[in-house]
Amino acid sequence: MGYPHKPHSKETVVLSKHFGDPEARSYKGWTKRGGYEAWQQAQTMAPTAITDTVKESGLRGRGGAGFPTGLKWSFMPKEKKKPHYLCVNADESEPGTFKDREIMRWTPHALLEGTAIAMRAIQAEVAYIYIRGEFTEPYAIMERALAEANAAGAFGGLKIHLHRGAGAYICGEETALMNSIEGKRGNPRIKPPFPAAFGVFGLPTTINNVETLAAVPHILKNGAAWYKAMTLSNPKSTGTKLFSVCGHVQRPGNYEVTMGFPLKDLLYELCGGVRPGRTLKACIPGGSSVPILNREETESCLLDYEGAVEQGTMLGSGGVIVFDDTADMVYQIMRLARFYAHESCAQCTQCREGTAWTTKILERILAGQGKTADLDLLLDLSENMTGKTICVLSDSCAAPVVSGIKRFKNEFEDYIAGRRRPVMVA
Amino acid sequence: MSASTRPAHDAATEEYQPVFTGKALEQLRDILTRYPTKQGALLPALWLVQQQCGWISDRNMTEVAAVLGLTPAYVKGVVTFYTMYHQHPVGKNFVQVCTTSPCNICGAEDVVKALLEATGAKELGATSPDGSWTVIEVECLGACGFATPVLINDDFIESVSPEKVPELVRKYR
Ligand SMILES: Cc1cc2nc3c(=O)[nH]c(=O)nc-3n(C[C@H](O)[C@H](O)[C@H](O)COP(=O)(O)O)c2cc1C
Ligand code: FES
Repeated sequence: MGYPHKPHSKETVVLSKHFGDPEARSYKGWTKRGGYEAWQQAQTMAPTAITDTVKESGLRGRGGAGFPTGLKWSFMPKEKKKPHYLCVNADESEPGTFKDREIMRWTPHALLEGTAIAMRAIQAEVAYIYIRGEFTEPYAIMERALAEANAAGAFGGLKIHLHRGAGAYICGEETALMNSIEGKRGNPRIKPPFPAAFGVFGLPTTINNVETLAAVPHILKNGAAWYKAMTLSNPKSTGTKLFSVCGHVQRPGNYEVTMGFPLKDLLYELCGGVRPGRTLKACIPGGSSVPILNREETESCLLDYEGAVEQGTMLGSGGVIVFDDTADMVYQIMRLARFYAHESCAQCTQCREGTAWTTKILERILAGQGKTADLDLLLDLSENMTGKTICVLSDSCAAPVVSGIKRFKNEFEDYIAGRRRPVMVA
Repeated sequence: MSASTRPAHDAATEEYQPVFTGKALEQLRDILTRYPTKQGALLPALWLVQQQCGWISDRNMTEVAAVLGLTPAYVKGVVTFYTMYHQHPVGKNFVQVCTTSPCNICGAEDVVKALLEATGAKELGATSPDGSWTVIEVECLGACGFATPVLINDDFIESVSPEKVPELVRKYR
């Protein structure tokens, strides 16, 4: 359901079925709703059979990269020589994204169940659920759910631990997250080696997003064919996905739709459109790290991995940010650049310097001191920030800048030419 | 973590009160069982310190280092990486307001202004004269559909508007 709203008839409610129902939070409440049946089933299956089912379903990672989940699991060593680990990415810090929070708040056992099944598939005895430090309420709910499940002996010998982050967007990057669990600064690692060979504590590790794992019990229970059939456009994008919609819409919140659903319908029908008297100007459909779309592109975009690429953007995390005609795109792009400058781990020069200078140049433009050459300078900087660093935080800063200049150049030029009053002081 | 009113124990004249005794030590022992290395317990150990002291002083870091077999410099390197660990005392009520773009377009900067006014903190990062309030701007709190989210100590409050601020502040007075 479109928490915090009533379910819309166009939603396909799977993951969000029990959002808003506090009784689903308890172990008893969850089992009453059919919870842990998939885990029972998984315990009778060979690990490879679980992985094959997930592969067959077409499930792709919901953390941003869209990597096929079953394939990722199959990278783990088949013959177990060392301990294996599972890391659960609940760092959710990508601006525009707030779906994992709702999964943990309302259906903590769905995540635990998916975690246990994944652990069996990759033969891990230990899992760490890395929850961002600011998520105090989801943490408390997860802690209670875990204690209840453990008291009921739900996971046998498997050990699931919660690990609280401490304020760092970069710890959502998979190898930074592993370093953070190890008690280190959250610096991403150079790959290879990849986590399946050298992950947390140097041991074979798989990392998955909260929403990815929450989908797994449904796949086991209803079958790969059922999941695979849920597609409205490209068969390479299957299942349902939670879209967190925020910004200038009448009903912000989480909406669950089948892959391939039109973005236009999500915004205008499910979310009630922009405020009365306003028009839609721009939309970032996959969290702040993906290119910005203009109105025409937004209205043509289909919400699956391929549909987003077709419009020149990416599906990312499914965090949909909506801007109406009152939004100052230059200011908001500066604000995003500042986010990346603040969150850069500062290991790579291109990122540390690039995010800071991008922010400074945008601030200069907003202070009425921009130069005509600044736009080319920003594009040049962005080019040097793309594909050159250990992780893609740097590329993520360039995405809104390059796409923003391309689509809303006139707004930048208005500041530079003095047609628009400065909104910042130099 | 809820900031405590305990006085800063960093003054060289004051005797250092170790954190890891009694219950905190038990908690740490339990945490250590979750990780294959002692170092793995570093982030949770730092959270325990901050829960007890309200912030993390250099002497706390030295204690944590000794307990986990690390150097104080290493611990400091980790503390300074993560923005939620306080390296200085903060007000009794520590307020974090999201001002990243999605909240920004929904009026987050006005919420900040209202909070600075109502709490008497006046300036970002400064503590109000009575020591009760510190207000800071933070990046995305992962609740963008509930603009503007505000974190007061451990309480996560959704959909704060400037109009709701005075009432909210009164509750924590
Ligand atoms: C800078 C950065 C931040 C990221 N933050 C998150 C995050 O908060 N949550 C998440 O699930 N994935 C995040 N990712 C993606 C992860 O690195 C990883 O791809 C994902 O957790 C894998 O899980 P999945 O295959 O189930 O999607 C981030 C990546 C980068 C580069
Ligand atoms: S942008 Fe404010 S919570 Fe995400």
